[in-house]
Amino acid sequence: MSAAVNLSAAGRRRLSPGRAGVTFLLWAYAVFALLPLALMVIGSLRPNSDLLRDPAGIPTNLTLDNFVEAWTTGNFAEYFGNSLLITAGSVVITVVVATLASYAIARSRSRIIQGIEALFLSGLVMPLHLAVLPIFFLFEQLGLVDSRLGLTLLYAASGIAFATFVLTTFFRQLPVELEEAAALDGANQLTTFIQIMVPLVRPAIATVAVFQFVPIWNDFFFPLVLLRTESNYPLPVGLTTFFGEHASNYAVAFAGLVITTIPLVALFLLATKQIVAGLTAGMSK
Amino acid sequence: MRRRTALLFTAPALLLFAVFILYPMFTMFSYAFFSWAGTARGGFVGLDNFVTLFTRAPFTTDLPRAAMNNLTFFIGLMVFQNSIGIGIAYALQSRPRIRQSLQTIYATPYLIGPIIVGYLWSLLLSPVFGPVNSALRALGLDSLAVAWLGEPSTAPWVVIGVSVWQWIGFPVLLYGAAFGGIPAELGEAARMDGATNRQVFFRVTLPLLMPAVGTMTVLTFIFAMEVFALPYAFGGSTGSPAGSIDFVSLLFYRVAFGSGATDAIGNASALAVLLFLVIFGGAFAATRLLRRYESRLVG
Repeated sequence: MSAAVNLSAAGRRRLSPGRAGVTFLLWAYAVFALLPLALMVIGSLRPNSDLLRDPAGIPTNLTLDNFVEAWTTGNFAEYFGNSLLITAGSVVITVVVATLASYAIARSRSRIIQGIEALFLSGLVMPLHLAVLPIFFLFEQLGLVDSRLGLTLLYAASGIAFATFVLTTFFRQLPVELEEAAALDGANQLTTFIQIMVPLVRPAIATVAVFQFVPIWNDFFFPLVLLRTESNYPLPVGLTTFFGEHASNYAVAFAGLVITTIPLVALFLLATKQIVAGLTAGMSK
Repeated sequence: MRRRTALLFTAPALLLFAVFILYPMFTMFSYAFFSWAGTARGGFVGLDNFVTLFTRAPFTTDLPRAAMNNLTFFIGLMVFQNSIGIGIAYALQSRPRIRQSLQTIYATPYLIGPIIVGYLWSLLLSPVFGPVNSALRALGLDSLAVAWLGEPSTAPWVVIGVSVWQWIGFPVLLYGAAFGGIPAELGEAARMDGATNRQVFFRVTLPLLMPAVGTMTVLTFIFAMEVFALPYAFGGSTGSPAGSIDFVSLLFYRVAFGSGATDAIGNASALAVLLFLVIFGGAFAATRLLRRYESRLVG
Protein backbone atom coordinates (compact mmCIF):
# COMPACT_ATOMS: atom_id res chain seq x y z
CA MET A 1 0.00 0.00 0.00
CA SER A 2 2.78 2.36 0.88
CA ALA A 3 4.39 1.60 -2.49
CA ALA A 4 1.22 2.66 -4.23
CA VAL A 5 1.16 5.89 -2.27
CA ASN A 6 4.80 6.58 -3.19
CA LEU A 7 4.12 5.89 -6.85
CA SER A 8 1.22 8.28 -7.03
CA ALA A 9 3.20 10.91 -5.13
CA ALA A 10 6.13 10.52 -7.52
CA GLY A 11 3.81 10.66 -10.53
CA ARG A 12 2.17 13.81 -9.28
CA ARG A 13 5.56 15.39 -8.60
CA ARG A 14 6.93 14.66 -12.02
CA LEU A 15 3.97 16.33 -13.69
CA SER A 16 3.93 19.48 -11.58
CA PRO A 17 5.09 22.63 -13.36
CA GLY A 18 6.66 23.85 -10.11
CA ARG A 19 9.03 20.92 -10.06
CA ALA A 20 10.02 21.41 -13.69
CA GLY A 21 10.64 25.08 -12.95
CA VAL A 22 12.98 24.25 -10.07
CA THR A 23 14.87 21.75 -12.24
CA PHE A 24 15.24 24.45 -14.87
CA LEU A 25 16.61 26.87 -12.24
CA LEU A 26 19.13 24.26 -11.08
CA TRP A 27 20.46 23.90 -14.63
CA ALA A 28 20.43 27.66 -15.10
CA TYR A 29 22.61 27.98 -12.02
CA ALA A 30 24.93 25.33 -13.46
CA VAL A 31 25.31 27.52 -16.56
CA PHE A 32 26.04 30.50 -14.31
CA ALA A 33 28.72 28.48 -12.49
CA LEU A 34 30.49 27.45 -15.68
CA LEU A 35 29.88 30.40 -18.03
CA PRO A 36 32.66 32.64 -16.65
CA LEU A 37 35.13 29.78 -17.09
CA ALA A 38 33.86 29.18 -20.62
CA LEU A 39 34.23 32.89 -21.39
CA MET A 40 37.79 32.71 -20.06
CA VAL A 41 38.68 29.84 -22.40
CA ILE A 42 36.89 31.38 -25.39
CA GLY A 43 38.45 34.78 -24.71
CA SER A 44 41.91 33.23 -24.65
CA LEU A 45 41.33 31.78 -28.12
CA ARG A 46 40.09 34.97 -29.83
CA PRO A 47 42.25 37.77 -31.25
CA ASN A 48 42.26 40.84 -29.02
CA SER A 49 40.71 43.04 -31.74
CA ASP A 50 37.70 40.70 -31.91
CA LEU A 51 37.31 40.83 -28.13
CA LEU A 52 37.34 44.63 -28.12
CA ARG A 53 34.83 44.87 -30.94
CA ASP A 54 32.36 42.30 -29.64
CA PRO A 55 33.16 41.08 -26.11
CA ALA A 56 30.25 38.65 -25.73
CA GLY A 57 30.01 37.68 -29.38
CA ILE A 58 30.21 34.30 -31.06
CA PRO A 59 33.89 33.48 -31.69
CA THR A 60 34.63 33.31 -35.40
CA ASN A 61 38.38 33.09 -35.96
CA LEU A 62 40.19 31.17 -33.26
CA THR A 63 43.93 31.42 -32.61
CA LEU A 64 46.60 30.15 -30.25
CA ASP A 65 48.69 33.33 -30.63
CA ASN A 66 47.58 34.62 -27.23
CA PHE A 67 49.08 31.59 -25.53
CA VAL A 68 52.35 31.98 -27.42
CA GLU A 69 52.52 35.64 -26.43
CA ALA A 70 51.68 35.00 -22.76
CA TRP A 71 54.15 32.13 -22.61
CA THR A 72 57.07 34.07 -24.16
CA THR A 73 56.78 37.86 -23.80
CA GLY A 74 54.43 37.55 -20.83
CA ASN A 75 57.01 35.47 -18.93
CA PHE A 76 54.49 32.74 -18.18
CA ALA A 77 57.04 30.08 -19.05
CA GLU A 78 59.11 31.30 -16.10
CA TYR A 79 56.16 31.72 -13.72
CA PHE A 80 54.86 28.29 -14.67
CA GLY A 81 58.21 26.64 -14.02
CA ASN A 82 58.48 28.34 -10.62
CA SER A 83 54.95 27.31 -9.65
CA LEU A 84 55.63 23.73 -10.65
CA LEU A 85 58.96 23.62 -8.81
CA ILE A 86 57.63 25.16 -5.59
CA THR A 87 54.32 23.27 -5.51
CA ALA A 88 55.61 19.85 -6.52
CA GLY A 89 58.69 20.23 -4.32
CA SER A 90 56.69 21.09 -1.21
CA VAL A 91 54.09 18.38 -1.83
CA VAL A 92 56.83 15.76 -2.20
CA ILE A 93 58.55 16.89 1.02
CA THR A 94 55.25 16.96 2.94
CA VAL A 95 54.29 13.50 1.72
CA VAL A 96 57.67 11.96 2.57
CA VAL A 97 58.06 13.39 6.08
CA ALA A 98 54.36 13.04 6.94
CA THR A 99 54.20 9.41 5.79
CA LEU A 100 57.19 8.56 7.97
CA ALA A 101 55.76 10.43 10.95
CA SER A 102 52.22 9.06 10.53
CA TYR A 103 53.48 5.48 10.48
CA ALA A 104 55.39 6.03 13.73
CA ILE A 105 52.41 7.81 15.34
CA ALA A 106 50.06 4.99 14.33
CA ARG A 107 52.36 2.25 15.61
CA SER A 108 53.82 3.75 18.79
CA ARG A 109 52.21 3.97 22.23
CA SER A 110 54.85 6.30 23.63
CA ARG A 111 53.60 9.40 25.47
CA ILE A 112 56.08 11.62 23.63
CA ILE A 113 54.84 10.45 20.25
CA GLN A 114 51.23 11.06 21.32
CA GLY A 115 52.27 14.58 22.32
CA ILE A 116 53.82 15.11 18.89
CA GLU A 117 50.56 13.94 17.28
CA ALA A 118 48.60 16.50 19.30
CA LEU A 119 51.11 19.18 18.28
CA PHE A 120 50.65 18.36 14.59
CA LEU A 121 46.85 18.36 15.00
CA SER A 122 46.98 21.87 16.48
CA GLY A 123 48.47 22.98 13.16
CA LEU A 124 45.09 22.31 11.51
CA VAL A 125 43.61 25.45 13.09
CA MET A 126 46.59 27.83 12.99
CA PRO A 127 46.10 30.92 10.80
CA LEU A 128 49.67 30.89 9.48
CA HIS A 129 49.16 34.04 7.39
CA LEU A 130 49.06 36.11 10.57
CA ALA A 131 52.57 34.94 11.45
CA VAL A 132 54.05 36.33 8.25
CA LEU A 133 56.27 38.90 10.02
CA PRO A 134 58.08 36.33 12.20
CA ILE A 135 58.31 34.12 9.11
CA PHE A 136 59.87 37.00 7.20
CA PHE A 137 62.52 37.58 9.89
CA LEU A 138 63.16 33.86 10.20
CA PHE A 139 63.76 33.77 6.45
CA GLU A 140 66.11 36.72 6.78
CA GLN A 141 68.17 34.92 9.41
CA LEU A 142 68.28 31.75 7.33
CA GLY A 143 69.07 33.59 4.10
CA LEU A 144 65.78 32.41 2.58
CA VAL A 145 64.18 35.74 1.64
CA ASP A 146 63.48 35.89 -2.08
CA SER A 147 64.26 32.19 -2.40
CA ARG A 148 62.08 29.53 -3.96
CA LEU A 149 63.60 27.00 -1.57
CA GLY A 150 62.39 28.98 1.44
CA LEU A 151 58.84 29.14 0.09
CA THR A 152 58.96 25.41 -0.70
CA LEU A 153 60.02 24.55 2.87
CA LEU A 154 57.35 26.81 4.35
CA TYR A 155 54.60 25.18 2.27
CA ALA A 156 55.97 21.73 3.07
CA ALA A 157 55.74 22.52 6.78
CA SER A 158 52.27 23.99 6.43
CA GLY A 159 51.00 20.73 4.90
CA ILE A 160 52.24 18.44 7.68
CA ALA A 161 49.21 18.91 9.97
CA PHE A 162 46.65 17.84 7.37
CA ALA A 163 48.83 15.09 5.89
CA THR A 164 49.62 13.38 9.21
CA PHE A 165 45.97 13.74 10.25
CA VAL A 166 44.80 11.79 7.18
CA LEU A 167 47.67 9.31 6.89
CA THR A 168 47.70 8.31 10.59
CA THR A 169 44.06 7.25 10.27
CA PHE A 170 44.95 5.04 7.32
CA PHE A 171 48.00 3.44 8.95
CA ARG A 172 45.93 2.63 12.07
CA GLN A 173 43.53 0.60 9.92
CA LEU A 174 46.28 -1.70 8.64
CA PRO A 175 46.62 -4.96 10.61
CA VAL A 176 49.78 -5.29 12.74
CA GLU A 177 50.16 -8.89 11.53
CA LEU A 178 51.59 -7.55 8.27
CA GLU A 179 54.66 -6.18 10.03
CA GLU A 180 54.96 -9.22 12.26
CA ALA A 181 55.06 -11.49 9.22
CA ALA A 182 57.64 -9.28 7.55
CA ALA A 183 59.77 -9.28 10.72
CA LEU A 184 59.64 -13.10 10.82
CA ASP A 185 60.93 -13.10 7.25
CA GLY A 186 63.87 -11.00 8.46
CA ALA A 187 62.92 -7.57 7.10
CA ASN A 188 64.01 -4.55 9.17
CA GLN A 189 61.59 -1.77 10.03
CA LEU A 190 62.57 0.61 7.26
CA THR A 191 62.28 -2.11 4.61
CA THR A 192 58.90 -3.15 6.01
CA PHE A 193 57.75 0.44 5.94
CA ILE A 194 58.86 1.17 2.37
CA GLN A 195 58.04 -2.14 0.71
CA ILE A 196 54.87 -3.19 2.54
CA MET A 197 53.20 -0.33 4.40
CA VAL A 198 53.63 2.59 1.96
CA PRO A 199 52.15 0.75 -1.06
CA LEU A 200 49.08 -0.05 1.06
CA VAL A 201 48.32 3.61 1.79
CA ARG A 202 48.98 4.83 -1.75
CA PRO A 203 45.37 6.01 -2.32
CA ALA A 204 45.57 8.08 0.86
CA ILE A 205 48.90 9.56 -0.23
CA ALA A 206 47.37 10.54 -3.58
CA THR A 207 44.47 12.22 -1.77
CA VAL A 208 46.82 14.14 0.49
CA ALA A 209 49.01 15.19 -2.44
CA VAL A 210 46.07 16.57 -4.44
CA PHE A 211 44.57 18.39 -1.46
CA GLN A 212 47.98 19.97 -0.79
CA PHE A 213 48.70 20.81 -4.39
CA VAL A 214 45.65 22.97 -5.08
CA PRO A 215 45.95 25.61 -2.30
CA ILE A 216 49.73 25.88 -2.69
CA TRP A 217 49.45 26.31 -6.46
CA ASN A 218 46.85 29.03 -5.88
CA ASP A 219 48.51 30.76 -2.91
CA PHE A 220 49.14 34.45 -3.42
CA PHE A 221 49.99 35.92 -0.04
CA PHE A 222 53.28 34.23 0.86
CA PRO A 223 55.03 34.65 -2.50
CA LEU A 224 53.83 38.28 -2.58
CA VAL A 225 55.55 38.96 0.73
CA LEU A 226 58.53 36.60 0.65
CA LEU A 227 59.76 36.94 -2.96
CA ARG A 228 61.36 39.99 -4.56
CA THR A 229 62.79 39.02 -7.93
CA GLU A 230 60.42 38.55 -10.82
CA SER A 231 62.34 35.51 -12.09
CA ASN A 232 61.36 33.72 -8.84
CA TYR A 233 57.62 34.49 -9.04
CA PRO A 234 55.07 31.69 -9.21
CA LEU A 235 51.94 32.17 -11.35
CA PRO A 236 49.61 34.02 -8.91
CA VAL A 237 52.15 36.79 -8.22
CA GLY A 238 53.35 36.71 -11.83
CA LEU A 239 49.74 37.41 -12.83
CA THR A 240 49.74 40.70 -10.90
CA THR A 241 52.93 41.83 -12.62
CA PHE A 242 51.49 40.75 -15.94
CA PHE A 243 48.17 42.53 -15.39
CA GLY A 244 50.07 45.66 -14.47
CA GLU A 245 52.00 45.61 -17.73
CA HIS A 246 49.58 44.18 -20.28
CA ALA A 247 46.35 45.65 -18.95
CA SER A 248 45.11 46.51 -22.44
CA ASN A 249 45.63 43.13 -24.09
CA TYR A 250 42.64 41.23 -22.77
CA ALA A 251 43.00 38.18 -24.98
CA VAL A 252 46.53 37.54 -23.70
CA ALA A 253 45.31 38.16 -20.14
CA PHE A 254 42.65 35.46 -20.61
CA ALA A 255 45.34 33.13 -21.97
CA GLY A 256 47.44 33.76 -18.85
CA LEU A 257 44.48 32.83 -16.63
CA VAL A 258 43.89 29.65 -18.63
CA ILE A 259 47.57 28.68 -18.32
CA THR A 260 47.33 29.13 -14.55
CA THR A 261 44.18 27.01 -14.33
CA ILE A 262 44.96 24.10 -16.67
CA PRO A 263 47.29 22.11 -14.36
CA LEU A 264 44.63 22.01 -11.62
CA VAL A 265 42.00 20.73 -14.03
CA ALA A 266 44.42 18.14 -15.41
CA LEU A 267 45.40 17.06 -11.90
CA PHE A 268 41.79 16.60 -10.88
CA LEU A 269 40.92 14.59 -13.98
CA LEU A 270 43.96 12.37 -13.44
CA ALA A 271 43.58 11.96 -9.70
CA THR A 272 39.81 11.68 -9.24
CA LYS A 273 39.97 7.90 -9.42
CA GLN A 274 42.75 7.74 -6.82
CA ILE A 275 40.92 10.21 -4.57
CA VAL A 276 37.69 8.25 -4.72
CA ALA A 277 39.64 5.09 -3.92
CA GLY A 278 41.29 6.93 -1.03
CA LEU A 279 38.06 8.26 0.41
CA THR A 280 36.15 4.99 0.12
CA ALA A 281 39.07 2.99 1.54
CA GLY A 282 38.59 4.99 4.71
CA MET A 283 34.89 4.13 4.86
CA SER A 284 35.06 0.41 4.14
CA LYS A 285 36.11 -0.50 7.68
CA MET B 1 57.37 0.20 17.51
CA ARG B 2 60.17 1.15 19.90
CA ARG B 3 60.23 4.75 21.05
CA ARG B 4 63.65 5.50 19.59
CA THR B 5 62.66 4.26 16.13
CA ALA B 6 59.37 6.16 16.35
CA LEU B 7 61.19 9.38 17.25
CA LEU B 8 63.56 8.88 14.35
CA PHE B 9 60.60 8.46 11.98
CA THR B 10 58.87 11.64 13.26
CA ALA B 11 62.03 13.76 13.49
CA PRO B 12 62.01 15.29 9.95
CA ALA B 13 58.34 16.31 10.17
CA LEU B 14 58.80 17.64 13.68
CA LEU B 15 61.82 19.72 12.69
CA LEU B 16 60.05 21.34 9.73
CA PHE B 17 56.90 21.93 11.76
CA ALA B 18 58.73 23.43 14.73
CA VAL B 19 60.90 25.79 12.68
CA PHE B 20 58.37 27.05 10.12
CA ILE B 21 55.03 26.81 11.97
CA LEU B 22 55.35 26.70 15.76
CA TYR B 23 58.21 29.17 16.15
CA PRO B 24 56.58 31.92 13.99
CA MET B 25 53.13 31.37 15.52
CA PHE B 26 54.49 31.84 19.03
CA THR B 27 56.82 34.73 18.30
CA MET B 28 53.96 36.50 16.53
CA PHE B 29 52.45 37.29 19.93
CA SER B 30 55.68 38.59 21.46
CA TYR B 31 56.34 41.00 18.55
CA ALA B 32 53.23 43.00 19.40
CA PHE B 33 54.43 43.90 22.91
CA PHE B 34 57.82 45.37 21.99
CA SER B 35 58.89 48.66 20.48
CA TRP B 36 60.38 48.46 17.02
CA ALA B 37 62.73 50.72 15.09
CA GLY B 38 62.82 49.34 11.56
CA THR B 39 63.78 45.70 11.96
CA ALA B 40 65.50 46.20 15.33
CA ARG B 41 63.53 45.16 18.38
CA GLY B 42 63.58 47.53 21.36
CA GLY B 43 62.21 47.18 24.87
CA PHE B 44 58.93 45.84 26.21
CA VAL B 45 56.17 48.45 25.80
CA GLY B 46 53.09 46.61 27.03
CA LEU B 47 49.97 47.55 25.06
CA ASP B 48 51.39 50.68 23.37
CA ASN B 49 51.23 49.13 19.90
CA PHE B 50 47.57 48.32 20.42
CA VAL B 51 46.81 51.81 21.68
CA THR B 52 48.43 53.25 18.54
CA LEU B 53 45.98 51.29 16.39
CA PHE B 54 43.08 53.22 17.93
CA THR B 55 44.64 56.67 18.31
CA ARG B 56 46.92 57.43 15.36
CA ALA B 57 45.95 58.39 11.83
CA PRO B 58 45.49 56.70 9.41
CA PHE B 59 44.53 53.77 11.65
CA THR B 60 41.69 55.75 13.24
CA THR B 61 39.93 55.94 9.86
CA ASP B 62 41.26 52.83 8.08
CA LEU B 63 40.82 50.23 10.81
CA PRO B 64 37.11 50.84 11.59
CA ARG B 65 36.34 51.04 7.87
CA ALA B 66 38.22 47.81 7.12
CA ALA B 67 36.64 46.03 10.10
CA MET B 68 33.17 47.13 8.94
CA ASN B 69 33.93 45.84 5.45
CA ASN B 70 34.94 42.45 6.89
CA LEU B 71 31.72 42.34 8.89
CA THR B 72 29.55 43.32 5.92
CA PHE B 73 31.34 40.74 3.82
CA PHE B 74 30.65 38.07 6.45
CA ILE B 75 26.96 38.97 6.71
CA GLY B 76 26.60 39.12 2.94
CA LEU B 77 28.20 35.70 2.53
CA MET B 78 26.00 34.23 5.26
CA VAL B 79 22.79 35.53 3.70
CA PHE B 80 23.51 34.45 0.13
CA GLN B 81 25.59 31.32 0.70
CA ASN B 82 23.09 29.89 3.17
CA SER B 83 19.90 30.76 1.34
CA ILE B 84 21.19 29.66 -2.07
CA GLY B 85 23.12 26.71 -0.64
CA ILE B 86 20.19 25.37 1.41
CA GLY B 87 17.78 26.00 -1.47
CA ILE B 88 19.92 24.14 -4.00
CA ALA B 89 20.75 21.29 -1.61
CA TYR B 90 17.05 20.88 -0.78
CA ALA B 91 16.06 20.85 -4.43
CA LEU B 92 18.81 18.32 -5.28
CA GLN B 93 17.61 16.07 -2.47
CA SER B 94 14.55 15.04 -4.48
CA ARG B 95 16.49 14.73 -7.76
CA PRO B 96 18.96 11.89 -7.14
CA ARG B 97 19.63 11.31 -10.84
CA ILE B 98 21.12 14.74 -11.57
CA ARG B 99 22.40 15.42 -8.07
CA GLN B 100 26.01 14.35 -8.43
CA SER B 101 26.70 15.96 -11.79
CA LEU B 102 25.20 19.27 -10.63
CA GLN B 103 27.16 19.16 -7.37
CA THR B 104 30.36 18.70 -9.38
CA ILE B 105 29.49 21.59 -11.70
CA TYR B 106 28.69 23.93 -8.81
CA ALA B 107 31.98 23.03 -7.13
CA THR B 108 34.15 23.65 -10.21
CA PRO B 109 34.98 27.35 -9.53
CA TYR B 110 36.20 26.21 -6.10
CA LEU B 111 39.26 24.70 -7.83
CA ILE B 112 40.51 28.04 -9.10
CA GLY B 113 42.52 30.36 -6.88
CA PRO B 114 40.90 33.56 -5.59
CA ILE B 115 43.51 35.75 -7.31
CA ILE B 116 42.70 34.13 -10.68
CA VAL B 117 38.97 34.39 -10.01
CA GLY B 118 39.48 38.06 -9.14
CA TYR B 119 41.31 38.89 -12.36
CA LEU B 120 38.86 36.83 -14.41
CA TRP B 121 35.87 38.75 -13.03
CA SER B 122 37.61 42.11 -13.37
CA LEU B 123 38.01 41.31 -17.09
CA LEU B 124 34.41 40.11 -17.39
CA LEU B 125 33.09 43.19 -15.56
CA SER B 126 35.28 45.68 -17.39
CA PRO B 127 33.02 48.70 -18.15
CA VAL B 128 34.00 49.20 -21.77
CA PHE B 129 34.44 45.82 -23.42
CA GLY B 130 33.53 43.36 -20.64
CA PRO B 131 31.04 40.72 -21.84
CA VAL B 132 28.79 41.28 -18.80
CA ASN B 133 28.06 44.89 -19.62
CA SER B 134 27.80 44.27 -23.36
CA ALA B 135 25.27 41.53 -22.62
CA LEU B 136 23.33 43.89 -20.34
CA ARG B 137 23.28 46.51 -23.11
CA ALA B 138 22.15 43.93 -25.64
CA LEU B 139 19.22 43.14 -23.31
CA GLY B 140 18.35 46.82 -23.15
CA LEU B 141 19.45 47.13 -19.54
CA ASP B 142 21.83 50.02 -20.21
CA SER B 143 21.22 51.49 -16.76
CA LEU B 144 22.78 48.37 -15.22
CA ALA B 145 25.88 48.50 -17.44
CA VAL B 146 27.94 50.46 -14.91
CA ALA B 147 31.57 50.32 -13.83
CA TRP B 148 30.88 47.62 -11.24
CA LEU B 149 34.36 47.70 -9.76
CA GLY B 150 34.84 51.44 -10.17
CA GLU B 151 32.08 52.62 -7.84
CA PRO B 152 32.36 52.47 -4.03
CA SER B 153 28.65 51.65 -3.91
CA THR B 154 28.84 48.54 -6.10
CA ALA B 155 32.37 47.16 -5.54
CA PRO B 156 31.60 45.51 -2.14
CA TRP B 157 28.66 43.70 -3.76
CA VAL B 158 30.95 42.37 -6.47
CA VAL B 159 33.31 40.97 -3.81
CA ILE B 160 30.38 39.25 -2.06
CA GLY B 161 28.81 38.02 -5.29
CA VAL B 162 32.03 36.64 -6.76
CA SER B 163 32.90 34.91 -3.47
CA VAL B 164 29.48 33.26 -3.39
CA TRP B 165 29.91 32.23 -7.03
CA GLN B 166 33.25 30.66 -6.21
CA TRP B 167 32.44 28.86 -2.95
CA ILE B 168 28.77 27.86 -3.39
CA GLY B 169 29.73 24.24 -4.10
CA PHE B 170 30.82 23.86 -0.49
CA PRO B 171 27.51 24.76 1.23
CA VAL B 172 25.67 22.72 -1.40
CA LEU B 173 27.76 19.66 -0.48
CA LEU B 174 27.63 20.33 3.27
CA TYR B 175 23.87 20.91 3.39
CA GLY B 176 23.34 18.03 0.98
CA ALA B 177 25.08 15.73 3.43
CA ALA B 178 23.06 17.22 6.30
CA PHE B 179 19.75 16.69 4.49
CA GLY B 180 20.81 13.12 3.73
CA GLY B 181 21.34 12.54 7.45
CA ILE B 182 17.80 13.57 8.44
CA PRO B 183 15.58 10.46 8.63
CA ALA B 184 12.69 10.63 6.16
CA GLU B 185 10.36 9.15 8.81
CA LEU B 186 10.30 12.47 10.68
CA GLY B 187 8.80 14.32 7.72
CA GLU B 188 6.42 11.47 6.96
CA ALA B 189 5.21 11.40 10.56
CA ALA B 190 4.58 15.14 10.48
CA ARG B 191 2.65 14.80 7.20
CA MET B 192 0.56 12.03 8.75
CA ASP B 193 -0.37 14.55 11.44
CA GLY B 194 -1.51 16.92 8.71
CA ALA B 195 1.53 19.15 8.24
CA THR B 196 2.00 20.77 4.84
CA ASN B 197 5.29 20.53 2.91
CA ARG B 198 6.14 24.07 3.89
CA GLN B 199 5.48 23.35 7.58
CA VAL B 200 7.62 20.20 7.43
CA PHE B 201 10.49 22.19 5.93
CA PHE B 202 10.40 25.08 8.40
CA ARG B 203 9.36 23.17 11.56
CA VAL B 204 11.13 19.82 11.13
CA THR B 205 13.89 19.92 8.52
CA LEU B 206 15.34 23.38 9.10
CA PRO B 207 15.81 23.02 12.91
CA LEU B 208 17.60 19.71 12.30
CA LEU B 209 19.84 21.51 9.81
CA MET B 210 21.06 23.99 12.41
CA PRO B 211 24.24 22.08 13.35
CA ALA B 212 25.32 22.24 9.70
CA VAL B 213 24.43 25.94 9.59
CA GLY B 214 26.60 26.42 12.67
CA THR B 215 29.59 24.68 11.07
CA MET B 216 29.09 26.79 7.98
CA THR B 217 28.92 29.95 10.09
CA VAL B 218 32.22 29.24 11.81
CA LEU B 219 34.02 28.42 8.55
CA THR B 220 32.52 31.43 6.77
CA PHE B 221 33.52 33.69 9.66
CA ILE B 222 37.15 32.57 9.52
CA PHE B 223 37.15 32.92 5.73
CA ALA B 224 35.57 36.39 5.85
CA MET B 225 38.03 37.69 8.45
CA GLU B 226 41.05 36.48 6.44
CA VAL B 227 39.94 37.48 2.93
CA PHE B 228 42.88 38.94 1.00
CA ALA B 229 43.58 37.77 -2.55
CA LEU B 230 40.17 38.50 -4.10
CA PRO B 231 39.94 42.18 -3.04
CA TYR B 232 43.64 42.55 -3.90
CA ALA B 233 42.91 41.44 -7.45
CA PHE B 234 39.99 43.89 -7.68
CA GLY B 235 41.36 46.97 -5.97
CA GLY B 236 45.03 46.45 -5.14
CA SER B 237 46.40 46.73 -1.61
CA THR B 238 44.48 49.95 -0.88
CA GLY B 239 41.03 48.49 -1.49
CA SER B 240 40.09 51.01 -4.15
CA PRO B 241 37.72 52.51 -5.14
CA ALA B 242 37.92 54.83 -2.12
CA GLY B 243 38.72 52.06 0.34
CA SER B 244 35.30 50.50 -0.26
CA ILE B 245 36.83 47.03 -0.50
CA ASP B 246 39.62 47.56 2.01
CA PHE B 247 39.82 44.69 4.50
CA VAL B 248 41.78 44.17 7.71
CA SER B 249 44.21 41.76 6.06
CA LEU B 250 44.93 44.34 3.31
CA LEU B 251 45.51 46.99 6.00
CA PHE B 252 47.84 44.58 7.79
CA TYR B 253 49.78 44.04 4.56
CA ARG B 254 50.06 47.80 3.93
CA VAL B 255 51.22 48.54 7.47
CA ALA B 256 53.71 45.68 7.59
CA PHE B 257 55.27 45.97 4.15
CA GLY B 258 54.29 49.27 2.61
CA SER B 259 53.95 52.00 5.21
CA GLY B 260 57.63 52.78 5.79
CA ALA B 261 56.85 53.90 9.36
CA THR B 262 59.71 53.05 11.73
CA ASP B 263 57.46 51.24 14.21
CA ALA B 264 55.51 49.47 11.46
CA ILE B 265 56.37 46.00 12.72
CA GLY B 266 55.00 46.64 16.20
CA ASN B 267 51.74 48.04 14.87
CA ALA B 268 51.32 45.35 12.23
CA SER B 269 51.96 42.64 14.83
CA ALA B 270 49.39 44.19 17.16
CA LEU B 271 46.92 44.11 14.26
CA ALA B 272 47.76 40.45 13.61
CA VAL B 273 47.18 39.58 17.27
CA LEU B 274 43.84 41.43 17.24
CA LEU B 275 42.76 39.56 14.11
CA PHE B 276 43.85 36.28 15.69
CA LEU B 277 41.76 37.01 18.79
CA VAL B 278 38.73 37.97 16.70
CA ILE B 279 38.99 34.82 14.58
CA PHE B 280 39.42 32.46 17.52
CA GLY B 281 37.02 34.36 19.76
CA GLY B 282 34.33 34.39 17.09
CA ALA B 283 34.79 30.75 16.18
CA PHE B 284 34.79 29.75 19.86
CA ALA B 285 31.65 31.75 20.69
CA ALA B 286 29.81 30.36 17.68
CA THR B 287 30.77 26.81 18.60
CA ARG B 288 29.53 27.27 22.19
CA LEU B 289 26.22 28.72 21.02
CA LEU B 290 25.88 25.82 18.65
CA ARG B 291 26.51 23.23 21.37
CA ARG B 292 23.87 24.85 23.55
CA TYR B 293 21.36 24.81 20.71
CA GLU B 294 22.10 21.17 19.94
CA SER B 295 21.68 20.06 23.54
CA ARG B 296 18.36 21.91 23.68
CA LEU B 297 17.31 20.17 20.48
CA VAL B 298 18.13 16.75 21.87
CA GLY B 299 17.01 17.32 25.43
